[in-house]
Amino acid sequence: MTTTVGPPTERTTAPRPAPPRRRRPLLKANGRRALTAWLFLTPSLIVLLAFTLYPMIQAGYLSLTDYNLIRAARFVGLDNYVELFQDPAFWNAFGNTVLYAVVVTPVTVVLALLFALMLNQRFVGRSFARTAIFLPFIVSLGIIAIAWAFLLDPNIGLLSYWLGEIGIVPEQGWLNDPRYAMAAVMAVGVWKNVGFYMVIYLAGLQSIPGEIYEASRLDGAGPWQRFRSVTLPLLSNQTLLVSVLALIATLQAFDQIWVMTHGGPFFRTETLVMLVYREGFQQLRFGYASAISFVLLVFVFILSMVQFGYLRRKQVTY
Amino acid sequence: MAVSTVLGRSDLGDPTEQGRPVRPSRRPGGGQRAVTWILAITMIVVGLLMLLPIIWMMFTAFKPESDIVSYPPTLWPRELTIDHFIDVWNRIPFARLYVNTIVFAGGVTLISLLFDSMAAYALARIPFKGRAVVMVLILVLLMLPFQVTLIPLYDMLNGMGLTNTLPGLIIPRMTNAFGIFFLTQFFLSLPKDLEEAARVDGASEWRIYWGIVMPLARPALLTLGLFHFQYNWNDLLWPLVMSSSVETSTLPAGLSLFMGQHVVEYGLLMAGSLLSLVPVILFFLLIQRSFVAGIATTGLK
Repeated sequence: MTTTVGPPTERTTAPRPAPPRRRRPLLKANGRRALTAWLFLTPSLIVLLAFTLYPMIQAGYLSLTDYNLIRAARFVGLDNYVELFQDPAFWNAFGNTVLYAVVVTPVTVVLALLFALMLNQRFVGRSFARTAIFLPFIVSLGIIAIAWAFLLDPNIGLLSYWLGEIGIVPEQGWLNDPRYAMAAVMAVGVWKNVGFYMVIYLAGLQSIPGEIYEASRLDGAGPWQRFRSVTLPLLSNQTLLVSVLALIATLQAFDQIWVMTHGGPFFRTETLVMLVYREGFQQLRFGYASAISFVLLVFVFILSMVQFGYLRRKQVTY
Repeated sequence: MAVSTVLGRSDLGDPTEQGRPVRPSRRPGGGQRAVTWILAITMIVVGLLMLLPIIWMMFTAFKPESDIVSYPPTLWPRELTIDHFIDVWNRIPFARLYVNTIVFAGGVTLISLLFDSMAAYALARIPFKGRAVVMVLILVLLMLPFQVTLIPLYDMLNGMGLTNTLPGLIIPRMTNAFGIFFLTQFFLSLPKDLEEAARVDGASEWRIYWGIVMPLARPALLTLGLFHFQYNWNDLLWPLVMSSSVETSTLPAGLSLFMGQHVVEYGLLMAGSLLSLVPVILFFLLIQRSFVAGIATTGLK
């Protein structure tokens, strides 16, 4: 109710006091409202500034030192970064991270969309399928990865056995064979998150008005054409969100790979975050680990920006 | 407004359920019916495959150790036992881990719902100078990988003597950029009328926030609550870094530490893992109805 003059709206049942008299103190109270806003923001701002922003700046500084928790930090300039770019372990982890992201992100997004489209139809057992596909997202990767490691065990793993029965047998087992370990952890990565993105797509599908489909049906569009020219463009908001979230998540993959392989065999599945953990918390080279995490930050930031820019251009608002 | 559930029975996508007129042309014919059956069978099989690790974990927890390591492996137990559940309470400080995880995940969820919603209320409902600056800060922090801050954060908390303690785990998580962003989007979508009326009647901002906006935000709060709870309940890296012993750890970290030390006891691990999944799944099943109303009416839409 922002109007001061004019007929009363239908909602006002009881007569109100004349607006101008009560409005004036409200406008004067703007300063007090700003103060209230800052008071509401205070707890969050304190926590965010102290425990996120300040550590971020600190990480930038640490990456220029040889800090190791035991003796005081010594400023070493860009030495860590120079070492980093010559370190095969870094390039290995970087390559693995990129490989993981470029495979897992599109596979997850496409599968999520496919599942959402199918589960938007009506059929017996739909609620079960929706819940079953979503459930992996809320269970702990640290815990479920233990189950996956057992399922894929070459000697007693049920999944290894079943896959063996249909003729797929890596000699040293899925997680010990350098050729298959990455594929196995990728599959688990997709399995874990596909349900969450599916829900975002379902929410999107359900907000598309039925009339649009009716109209395109009357225009004689087939199912594929309807999908290409109606559904997909109207889901571009969801696609933007889902792909940015999925990309950020894959670049930060840690839990499931850590439990399943510890980065092995032969560092074939070691990601950047795992390298940060290993260099920082196992080797105590905090300066060096900070440099790695800063490179990761820059990488995530650039990729998200590129993705935002690209998908924003293709976006449809309705 | 989407007050329904994506995962439950009703379906917003079907116009017949939104009070719109029924269109006879949409009735499936004979060919359509066959397609529907193929779809149903395919998706039920997909659902079962997705659940396989969880189902397997359930059965394995009840198998005697000899059954678990026998070849060929089977899904169905040949024999049932509850020994592993008894073992898990006696052999590792399981009760301790459980309490730690409840305090950590529950505490973080409650506190951050309060702080996130207060910040979001200010950003979405009160015009003030500096709002844009705060919004930009939130968006930048949203993109920041948590791991970047891990080392200085650990260092800072270590300096305060908070490593290996629950407050040390909880305090940095008391609010987060994603939660503020998520709720701001939701609060922006609420109609202004109610609170304007309350404001004219002289209600304080706190009363409007707590008495009017928060009850309206229930679906979004429950949805965000699920995200916060499952994220912290499941988090591995943060507790792994913050605590060096099983006693001060949480379930995922504790069990993964345990796995490194005692590789052979599958049944025990599966029983422990199964027990640790229960609260998150219960939480989800409880709020399932509000869950997607929360997503469909926020910026995640």
